[in-house]
This record gives sequence, C-alpha cells and structure tokens, in this order.
Amino acid sequence: MSVSSVIEDEIYSIPLEEIDVSHPKLFQRDTIGTYFKRLREEDPVHYCANGHSGSYWSVTKFNDIVRVDTDHKTFSSDTSQGGIFLDGPAEQSDATGTREGAPDLGLTTFIAMDPPKHDEQRKVVSPIVAPTNLQALAPIIRERAADILDTLPVGEEFDWVDKVSIELTTMTLATLFDFPWEERRKLTRWSDVVTASPGNGVDSWDQWREELMECGLYFKDLWDQRVGGEKKHDLISMLAGSPATANMPFTEFLGNLLLLIVGGNDTTRNSITGGVLALNQNPAEYDKLMNDTGLIPNMVSEIIRWQTPLSHMRRTALRDAEVGGKTIRKGEKVAMWYLSGNRDSEVIDRADEFIIDRKDARKHVSFGFGIHRCVGNRLAELQLQIIWEEIVKRFKKVEVTGEAERSFSNIIHGFTKMPVILHAQ
Amino acid sequence: MPKVTYIEADGATHTVEVASGTTGRDAAIDNDIPGIDGDCGGVCACATCHVYVDPGWIDKVGRAAEGEMEAELLQFAEDFRETSRLACQIEITEALDGLVLNIPTGQH
Repeated sequence: MSVSSVIEDEIYSIPLEEIDVSHPKLFQRDTIGTYFKRLREEDPVHYCANGHSGSYWSVTKFNDIVRVDTDHKTFSSDTSQGGIFLDGPAEQSDATGTREGAPDLGLTTFIAMDPPKHDEQRKVVSPIVAPTNLQALAPIIRERAADILDTLPVGEEFDWVDKVSIELTTMTLATLFDFPWEERRKLTRWSDVVTASPGNGVDSWDQWREELMECGLYFKDLWDQRVGGEKKHDLISMLAGSPATANMPFTEFLGNLLLLIVGGNDTTRNSITGGVLALNQNPAEYDKLMNDTGLIPNMVSEIIRWQTPLSHMRRTALRDAEVGGKTIRKGEKVAMWYLSGNRDSEVIDRADEFIIDRKDARKHVSFGFGIHRCVGNRLAELQLQIIWEEIVKRFKKVEVTGEAERSFSNIIHGFTKMPVILHAQ
Repeated sequence: MPKVTYIEADGATHTVEVASGTTGRDAAIDNDIPGIDGDCGGVCACATCHVYVDPGWIDKVGRAAEGEMEAELLQFAEDFRETSRLACQIEITEALDGLVLNIPTGQH
C-alpha cells in the first residue's frame, strides 16, 4: 500500500547513507516499500554501514538480484559463512526476544549449504515436491481444503490468519507427510518452535530443545513404521524408501524435515492472507476473478509476486565482486531484497499494480533463482490454486473488515491477524 | 526461417517457424507452447524451460557443459535425462532447421 505523502517526504529526506532497510519495524508499519523505491531510484546497490543487521549491502533491482542469486560460486549460502539471513542469533528477534544463546542442535539443511553437499541433498528432496508426485496428492489436498472452508462461519467476523491461512497450510503439510490427521496442529506448533525464543513462544531454551526433540522422535517413529512398507507418495515413505536417503543421519533427517515444515508454512500462510488483502484493496480485480475463475492459476503467480512472502535472502561474498557498478568485498554480507525486485518497473510492467491477468505473471523473483530456487514452488502454486478454486465456489466475497496486523520481521513478510467476514454465494 | 517442433508429454505436436537466432525458450513462449514456463525470462536461472532434445539432434545441438550453470540447474530437474537441455540455452539457427524438442510432464 502507498504511504502518506508526509511519510514519503520524510523517507526521501533521510541522508542516503543513513538508510537501513533491515529494520523489522519498517516491515511491520508497511513503509518499507517507499524505502526500496528510493533505493531503486537513487542507489540500487546500497551499503549500510551500521544498521539493525550490522553492515550489509542491499541489492534492490530485479536483474542485480538474479545476478547475485545465480553466482553461488561468489556468493555463499553456507552456514559457516553466516547462512541465508541478514540477522544472526543476536539480532534475530521480534518485539519480545532475541535468539542469542540458542542451543546448537547440529541440524543441517541444504538451503544453507554450498555445492557439492547442497546438490546431493537437494536431489533427494526435490522429487517429492515435483509436479508428477504432487498430482497424486492434489485430490486429497482439495478434499481437505473443502472440509476446512465448509466449517467457517458465514456473516460474522473472525481472524482469517488463524482460522484459514494457518489451518490450510498445516493441512497441506499433514498431507505431504501423511501425518496423523487429528494431531496435525503439532506441525504448526513445531514450525512456530523452530523460530521461537525464550519469552517468545517458549519459556526457555531447554523447552525449545525438548520440543524439537519431541518433533524429531515423532517423525523417527513414523519413519520406522514406513521403512520397508508399501510404496507411497508421502515424503517420509519416499525418504525411507530411497537408497540415497534410507541411511540419512538423524540430524540431517530432522534438519530437512524442519526446512520443509518452516519453508512450507509461513510462506504459503502469508500468501493466502496477502491474496485476500490485495483483492480487497483492488475491487476491480476481485470482480475480474469472480467473472472468470479460470484466471486463478495466473492470479496465484501474481499473488506470490505481490506478497513476496520472503523479504530477503542473504549471501556472503567469498571474493571481491562487482554488482551494479559497486564493488562488494570478500566477507561482506549481501541482502537480495526480493520484495524490492518484485516492484522493479524496469523489468515488470506496472510493477506497483496488482493485476490478476497480468502477462508474464510468472516472471517474479519470490522463489529466488539459481541452485537455491525454492524447491517447493510447485507445491506452493498448487496449494494456492486449489484453495482459491474452493474459495470462489463457496463465497461471493471474503471481505476484509479491519486493519491487517503485519509481522515484525525483515525475513517473513506477512501478517499476524486479519479480520474478515464471509459472504456466501 | 528455421522450423522447430515441440512435442508435449501427451504427444501433442506444435511446429513453428522462428527467426534465426531465437532461443528455444523464447520461440516456445512467443508461440504459446504449453509446458514451457521459462520463469526467469531466459537467462539460465530457473530450469523451467527443460526439454529433451530428440536423440537424432542431440549431437548437433550439443550437451550442457559440465560445471556450468545450465548443468547445475538441470541436475535438480524432474526426470533428468542424457538429452536434457534448457531451451533458453539453445539458439535456433538454419543449421538446426527441423529440430525436435520434447517437453517433460512438468517443469520444476
């Protein structure tokens, strides 16, 4: 949304070198878009010497982001270099707590690895979320989505985030894992625990460790039940049945499961909420949708661009490199701001407008590019498509009835609450 | 102008004429060939223009060079084969007139 001209003037009067786009409050207040607009115009590859996330480079234009994302030999994702987020444990916080002092469980995941280890592990997980396997899961996802939507109250206000976005993404994860259905909210809990800290979701780091261990043991149990069982399409059976992964160390197994739980949870959750909000802010687009529901697949890509559920991914330079005319030195942190790249009007026509029948809607940077491109992108699209097909069948309008509350985070671009009223068909 | 034939996973065939120098990805997008997404715009960054080059053509077209971005991306593609290429890295010239490209079941 556009900010008021007073705030805009204020943002444009800050000395360029003092701009710090890493501060979570800018995302929570939803003023971040104006900061990025200014950087794209005046200093697209911007250095911040001493911000919330310390010293770091911001890459804000579409093509520069693609350039960094596809040069993994120069720009490392490896945990040993600092990983994939701007903030380390000390800065990673929300309004109430920090992640400093988090116990190291030794969990590893391929998203924060460089080749060759990255390549080996990604190859194992990739087929599970590839289109052919997803076709087998689609009917179950649809049936369960329908059940959830059928229980919603019509004509009275409720929180869309909790009742729909969280519930639907949890349901999909449960389906993907063939997780015991009645216990599916455990998945939501574990996903929250991964990013929790004392005072913010858990009471202590001991509790944090215990809950994640409980998660690990629960999955270990499912694994043991499925080893040597009949060939099925769920993720655990596939991992247990593949020679490449059957003997995976426990920490790798748990690390990759948690990556899929977290990676498939916040992102889709916030795209579901963001889509409803965007349609409410653009009533003509909502009309377009209701007049032609065949636009849904294209709209899904536009929603993923518009929302950009992950604001950034971080890399660390392994050698000096030039990006957009600036020299990034070995060892420096680089943020690829996907949220900004998706508003780059030099690459995306009318980038500041939400247009559900946009041509080239698939051309967005929300999934990243290169070898770390989102492995679950097809699952995300499938899920959103099914959900929207089922929503428009049932409801004339999902009306947003109050202010949406946004997350205090420079990573997760999303919502904590959004009141709505459903209008039946 | 050289001709290229795209064959969808279900056997549906599309033959198009393209200006020499066009990439296999751009030719598919320009002609609305289903099954090739080409999300990144044709800069070898996403692997959503995965095709199987017809075995009779693969030597002429060439294989993805080991260690280069194309091969690195292709290794994660669904149902990767010996003849797998990214269409954005195939330049259609007169020498490739008649080229046949098979489209996989899905792009990932």
